[in-house]
Order: sequence, then C-alpha cells, then structure tokens
Amino acid sequence: MNLVLHPLILTTFLPLVGILVILFLKPEWKNAIRWVALLTSTATFAISVVMLTYFQVGNPDIQMEINTPWFNFANWTIYFHLGVDGLSILLVVLTTLLTPLSILSTWTAIEDRVKEFMIFFLLLEVGMVGVFVSLDLFLFYIFWEFTLIPMYFIIGMWGGPRRMYAALKFFLYTMAGSVLMLLAILWLGINQGTFSVTELIARGGIPANIQFWLFIAFGAAFAIKVPMWPLHSWLPDAHVEAPTAGSVILAGVLLKLGTYGFVRFNLSMFPNAAVKLAPWVAGLAVIGILYGAAVSYAQKDAKKLVAYSSVSHLGFVMLGLFALNAQGIQGGILQMVNHGLSTGALFLVVGMIYERRHTREMDAFGGLWKVMPIYGALTMIVTLSSMGLPGLNGFVGEFTILLGAFGSAYISPWFAGIAAAGVILAAIYLLFMFQKLFLGQLDKEDNKLLKDINWREIVTLVPLLILFFWIGLYPKFFFNIMAPAVDKLVTIIQTASVIP
Amino acid sequence: MTLNDLLHNLDSILPLAVLVAWSCILLIVDLFIPKGRKGWTALLAAVGLIVSLGLTILRVGKPTASFDGMVINDDFSSFLIILFLSSGLAGIVLAYDYLKRMNIEKGEYYTLLLFSVSGMLLMSMANDLIVVFLALELLSIPLYVLAGFARPQVESEEASLKYFLMGAFAGGFVVFGIALVFGATGTTNLTAIFASIGASIANIPILVMGAALILVGFGFKVAAVPFHMWTPDVYHGSPSAVTAFMSVGAKAAGFAALLRIFVSAFPALSTDLTMVLWAVSALTMFLGNVVAIAQKNIKRMLAYSSIAHAGYILMALVPYGNSTVSSDTISAALFYLVAYALTSFGAWAVVIALEKAEGKGLELDDYAGLSRKYPLLAACMAVFMLSFTGVPPTLGFMGKFYLFRTVIEGGYLGLALIGVFTSLISAYYYLRVIVIMYMRDGEPEARREFWVQFTAALTAVLVVLLTLFAQPLLSLASQAVMLTY
Repeated sequence: MNLVLHPLILTTFLPLVGILVILFLKPEWKNAIRWVALLTSTATFAISVVMLTYFQVGNPDIQMEINTPWFNFANWTIYFHLGVDGLSILLVVLTTLLTPLSILSTWTAIEDRVKEFMIFFLLLEVGMVGVFVSLDLFLFYIFWEFTLIPMYFIIGMWGGPRRMYAALKFFLYTMAGSVLMLLAILWLGINQGTFSVTELIARGGIPANIQFWLFIAFGAAFAIKVPMWPLHSWLPDAHVEAPTAGSVILAGVLLKLGTYGFVRFNLSMFPNAAVKLAPWVAGLAVIGILYGAAVSYAQKDAKKLVAYSSVSHLGFVMLGLFALNAQGIQGGILQMVNHGLSTGALFLVVGMIYERRHTREMDAFGGLWKVMPIYGALTMIVTLSSMGLPGLNGFVGEFTILLGAFGSAYISPWFAGIAAAGVILAAIYLLFMFQKLFLGQLDKEDNKLLKDINWREIVTLVPLLILFFWIGLYPKFFFNIMAPAVDKLVTIIQTASVIP
Repeated sequence: MTLNDLLHNLDSILPLAVLVAWSCILLIVDLFIPKGRKGWTALLAAVGLIVSLGLTILRVGKPTASFDGMVINDDFSSFLIILFLSSGLAGIVLAYDYLKRMNIEKGEYYTLLLFSVSGMLLMSMANDLIVVFLALELLSIPLYVLAGFARPQVESEEASLKYFLMGAFAGGFVVFGIALVFGATGTTNLTAIFASIGASIANIPILVMGAALILVGFGFKVAAVPFHMWTPDVYHGSPSAVTAFMSVGAKAAGFAALLRIFVSAFPALSTDLTMVLWAVSALTMFLGNVVAIAQKNIKRMLAYSSIAHAGYILMALVPYGNSTVSSDTISAALFYLVAYALTSFGAWAVVIALEKAEGKGLELDDYAGLSRKYPLLAACMAVFMLSFTGVPPTLGFMGKFYLFRTVIEGGYLGLALIGVFTSLISAYYYLRVIVIMYMRDGEPEARREFWVQFTAALTAVLVVLLTLFAQPLLSLASQAVMLTY
C-alpha cells in the first residue's frame, strides 16, 4: 500500500493538514477556524471508519502494518512501526469519533483564542491516535509524552479559575510516571536490542525477576494515567478546571491511554509479572471502584461528581484486565470504549448546562425537565448508560468484567463480589445527580428562562446515544473484533503462568 | 623544522590559522570604521567565521596530526569546531541590534569574540596539555573583557571581575594539575601519557591527583557543582548576548577538553575518577535544578539551568573508561551539546528581545501575556522550555535519551534515575515560564528586531526538525571519533 495514502497514516496524521490550514487563517476568522477543525476531524473519523472496513475480523495479528526504519542510533535502529489489531482499533475509532464531537461542543463555549485552541486540539488527536497505533517503544514514547503538551495548554489556557495549578499538576504527575517508563524502555533496548513491541512479545524470555521491575516501571506510567487509586489526585483537579471539550477528551481518551498501555505492554510483554501482581492490581482496582463511588456521592459540583465516577469506572476496567482471562480482558476493552462514550457524554451534558448558567453546583438547579425536556431525556439516557442499565452499553461491559473476574484463575472471586457493589453505588450517585438537576420543583428564577438545547448540541450527543444502544443490544460486533487478539494475549499469559 | 613542514602544519590547522589572522586584521580594520557604522565590523567578523566554517567542512573525514602531535585535527574536533563557529555567528547575530540598543556598541566586541572562538577551536584540537592551557587562556581572556562590556554598569563590572578571578583561580588548578601529570609521566602529550600508563612507568597516585586537579579546573569552566558559584552572577551581570555566547561556547570548550583528555589519556584511571565524576554529575543536576526553582529573574534561572545541563553532560563522561561505551560517551556528549546550544541560543534570543535598558524586562513576570502580543516569540520560547525539560518531540529529549542510554549501558542505573528525577524537577520551573507566557495576562514589550526574531525562529524549527529527522545529526555525532595514533 502506498505509504502516504495508507489508512493508518491518514488516520494519524490527517489532523496536521487541518493545523496547516488553520495556521494561515487570521485569528479573527473564528468560524472559519472552527469549520476547518471540524471538517478535518470529521474526515479523520471517516477514514478511520474506512480503516475499520479493511480490518480483518478473525485475524489475531497486527494488521495494516507499516514498518520502516526511522533512524539509527549507535547500534540501535528505531523503526517507524505502526499497526492496529483487535486490542487497539476500537480505541482508535473512539478517539476519532470523540474529537469532532468535542470540537462541535466548543462552538460557542470557546470564544477566546480559538485559533490556538483548535491547533492544540488537533495536535492532541495526532498524539492520541499515535499512541494507539505505534508498535515501536521509542515511537510510542514520543507520542505518549507528546499528548501531554497540547492537553497542558488546553487545561491551562481555557480552564477554570485554578487552571494553572491543575495544568501543572497534570503535567508533573504524568511525567513522573513516564520517566520511569523511559528508563525501562532503555533497559529493554540495551538488553534485548530491539524496540519492536511485536518482536519483544514474540520473543518473550525476559527473566521473571526483571519482568517484575519492568512491570512496575511501565505500570507506574500507566497507573497514573488511568488513574488508579491512590495515584488519582491529579484527575479531579484537571477535570474540574478543564474546558468541557478538554474534559471529554481527557476522560474519553487520555485515561484510556493508561489502560491500553496495560493491555498492550504490561500484559503481553511481562506476562509473568502480570500473573504475580494480578491480585495486587485487582485489589487497588476494587479500592478505586469503591473509593471513587463514595467520593462521587459526596460531591456538590456535578462535574466533580462525573470526574470521580471515572476513578470508579476505570477501576472496573482494571479489574477486568487483571482477571487475565478472555472474558475479563474483552470486558475491560469494551468498558474502555463504554466509559469513553458515557463519561464523554456526561461531561458534554454537564458542559451544556454550565454554558447556560455558569455554575455546576447541583443545588442551583432542580426541576429542569420542565423547561428543558429534550435535554432531560437525553441526559437520562446518558446517566442510565453510565450506571449500567441492561440494554445499554455500560451493562454489557460491567457484566462481562464481573463474569471474567469471578471465573479468573489468578484473582480471588471476592474481588468481583466487592466490585459488584460498585454497580449499585454508581446507580445511587448518578441517579442522585439526575434527581437534583431535573426533578423536584423549578423554584430558582434563573432556571425558569433556560432554553432547551439546540440542534448543534443534539447533534453532538446523538452519535453517542446510537452507540449506547448498539453496544447494549448487539455487543457481538465489538466482541468479534477484539476476540482473536484477546485470545492470543490470553494464550501468552497462560503459557507464562505455568513457568514458575 | 623546514618551511615545508611548517606549511604542512599550518595547513592542518587552516581554519584556526585563518580565523586568528582574520581577527588580528579585523582589529586594525575596525579602527578605520567610523563610530555608528560598526555593523561593518560585525559583517566582516561573520565573514571570517563563515570562511573558517567552509574550510572546516571541507576537511571533515581527513584526520591529521601536526606540530609533533601537539595538535590533532580529527572528526571530533571538526564537529566541535563547527559548533564553535556557529556559536560565534550566533553571538554576532544576537549582539548586532542589542549592542546598539544598550548603547554599548563598540567594534572590539566582534574582534574579542573572534579571539575567543579561536581559543575554542584550538581547545578542541589540543592533544597536549600545554596547548590545552594556551587554548583555555585564549578563549577565556576575551570573555573576561566581554563580560564587562556594559561598563560602567556595576553588575557588568562585577561580572567581569568575578569571572576573571574565578577563571584565574581555575586556570591555576589546571596548571598545577598539568605539572603533577608531567611529574608523574614525564610528558604533557596526551598520547604519550596514555602510553606511559600502559607501560606502567607512571606514578599513579600523583597522576590521579593531577587528573583530579584538571577536572577541578574544567569543573569551573563548565560550571559543575561545587565549582559553579560564579555562574549566576556572571551570567546575570554580563550583557545578554555575551551570556548567550559564553553559556554555550565556554561550556562546550570545557567539555571538549575534558572529553579529549579523559578519553584519550586517562581511561586507565577510571576506577579512581568515575566515582568522583558520578558524584559531581549527580550534585550538579540536583543543585542546578533545585535552585533554579527559586529564581525570579530569567537570566539567573537560565544560569542555574545551564549548571544543571552541565551535570547531564557530565553524566556521559561517567562511564568513559568502559571501552564498550566510550564511543557512545563522546557522541552522546556531542549530541547533547548541540541540543543544548540550539535551545540555549533560542532562549537567549527571546530574552534579548524582551530586555530593556538598565536590566529591566528580565523578571519572569515581565513575560506575562507574551503569547497574546507576540505569539511567535512565545511559541518559540515554549519549544525551548520543553526542549530544556526533555519532552519529545524536541532535541532536548533526544539528547537526554542518548545520555541516559550511555549511562545505563555503562552500568550506572542509579545515576540515570537521578537524571530522570531531576528532569522532572526541572519541568516545574521550565513550565512556569510557559504558564506565565500563556496563562497570565500582562503587557509585555518586545523588540521586533529581525536578527533576534530570526535566531529564535530558526533554532525553534531546528529543535523540532532535527528530532523528527534525527539521522544526519546522529550520524555526525557518532562519526565524530577521536584520532588515536
């Protein structure tokens, strides 16, 4: 396939074309800039869907691979190595879907420095897709660290009152984990002589005691990103201060970089250590589920509530992944997608009301359904999806995860038992939020004049709602895509677990 | 020595000879250039550097030794010579408008700069401790004068005096070290020193003392802890264009000497010296980065940052005695020097653009709101700050990646850990500059001088492009081996 018109290259780098165009537009032409950004990201989404049609379901290996030497480094060769498989392709499409929707959500919310905003946003998309598709550790690290820069600017320049603190905290926390991973990558390069992820996985044979340390070093970077309890404290700050679009991408995609990292690198390259550490990781995941839920319940600010709910939901993902069996990992991956859709939608919904009232205190609302029925109905579906109502996406993910965790040979079923309580807690705090916003008396004067959401806002939400039902009613389509790759991964783990 | 030998010898150091001759002539020519037209001196000085640059590039890949092995012209020296000549050009370009604006425009600036660059050239080719010392003085003395170029401003005079006293002190250490090395081995030629250690006729304890004193002397030059005390005051007091040139040129020359001396003469002493280097490197990275956090003045902040970066480069030197990584030691250090040079010159260009008379416009708070009023300058500065931190895709990241690799390969994982954690600390104060530029409002005033803006933009583009297309620079750095004979 032609290198430039290769679907993976286009999916990853097409936003750069948009940036190039935006650079030549005057800062005052705000609408033109918005349209260019929207069209580029929509085109990127379209290409990623085309890529999905090229994808051979049933093939467990890396597909649409590009592997060409990038540069030599003393006796190392760094490869420009891209590819997708069942573990990553859904996340790529999730990223390209959420980006145009987020851009659409900023249409009236971002008025200041639109040009810079769109440039950073498209750069962020390049970085995120790059992380999911790169298969060379060096290349991966470049993309991984690069995502920090645009997100840092997005939080710091367009965020709330404490944005500078939040942006710096976000950057330093994530970088702290990354530098450990950098050392681990260097160690692999020096001792294994290759940065190719596929080759490292196929070769295996890293001594168990060293796997342990490499797992910790990679895991530190990913656990901070997920974020796993107790490394989560940057997340509420970043979310609360970030503009709506930033929160959507942060929750929807950036956190998935962490969980994806665990699947792609920790589970496949260090399976031995993964088996040994599974109970510990699962334990932290369960604590995260309960802690996130409890703290969410205590929030008065709707956005903070959603932010903490991410800690809880991603606990589920981690539990599923570290069940280390096919069901758990499939559920984990599906739940990554689900969380991206549901929490992304929740942030959009909260952002819509914030844009109207400039407050997110739940006590300032009540009875909104009477003035904003469409908004209310859509929010209800989003809320139900997030809390895992059968028939919607969240249920499928959480159910599969719990099933996997119960049947896991590596972790105790008690983890699943306790985690199940998290499902109930989620229902409590989410319904509590819905109730405070929409039900009860419409007693606040400011709320009586609120206008219902407009066409643009509906268009932002509808694609997500369709996917809620699609995944909820016919998850087989999604499971089929990932199943062969997950089975391959599970075989690697099983082989490793019999080695003492 | 016959005339033929002399010509042959001169031929092998042609770029240096041309530059020295050019400087001497320029000193006289400048007398006839009227005040207010010193742009001609700048132009002539630049032409001299470019001629020398051209001659150097023609000679890459043809190593020669001359003057009875006292001077070596190899790819290692060529790489550094190109770096020094480019630094000289940057020093001229940055000074051109700056001197006028600060009302200190004198033609001597350019000739002094050329002499200092000549010293650096000689330093990179020196294969004899006596030549090393000569080069050290030739590069330092013009810098002492340049540091005081803004007289009668007190800070500048203070910087000059402080730099001179500290430099003389450091020079004393170097001479004493050379004397001890001579006493221990009976020679000052690096190749002969190596041979005498190999033949075990050298007095090792005295030799180690001599080597340690040489390390101390150059520790002063490259601003390594605990010999860094002069750096913040001198960097702060000197005119910014001088500081920019000094912070790159003098540091790179110091490392040129350290690399050449340690790798080609003292590999056998690594058992004794490596622990010292380890400690100095770790302390330098730590102290430079931690103290930089407390700085409110951008020049002082960059001074501490330059101390920290000396620590990173020293990291490459730690495993120099390990023969499997010693070639990586050289190329990692050279690569990092280029990364540091480009990033530094860019950052100083931005500083110069914002500086106003009497040391105003140098506080970090003066950068507030820069991104709104001068988006280009702010974007460049953001790139430089990220590159200093070592965040991809910038040259600073590539440099650190190579350094850490060398250190881990040499077996010093602990030092690499210190390296990454001090980088993390450094992120705090580098990012603060971005925070101030992009996230706070203010009314900054910057000059729209062509050459300054050009330097900032060019270095910013290079910092990113040389990362994405890293092969040429990596190849050059890895081919820059020393000639041993």
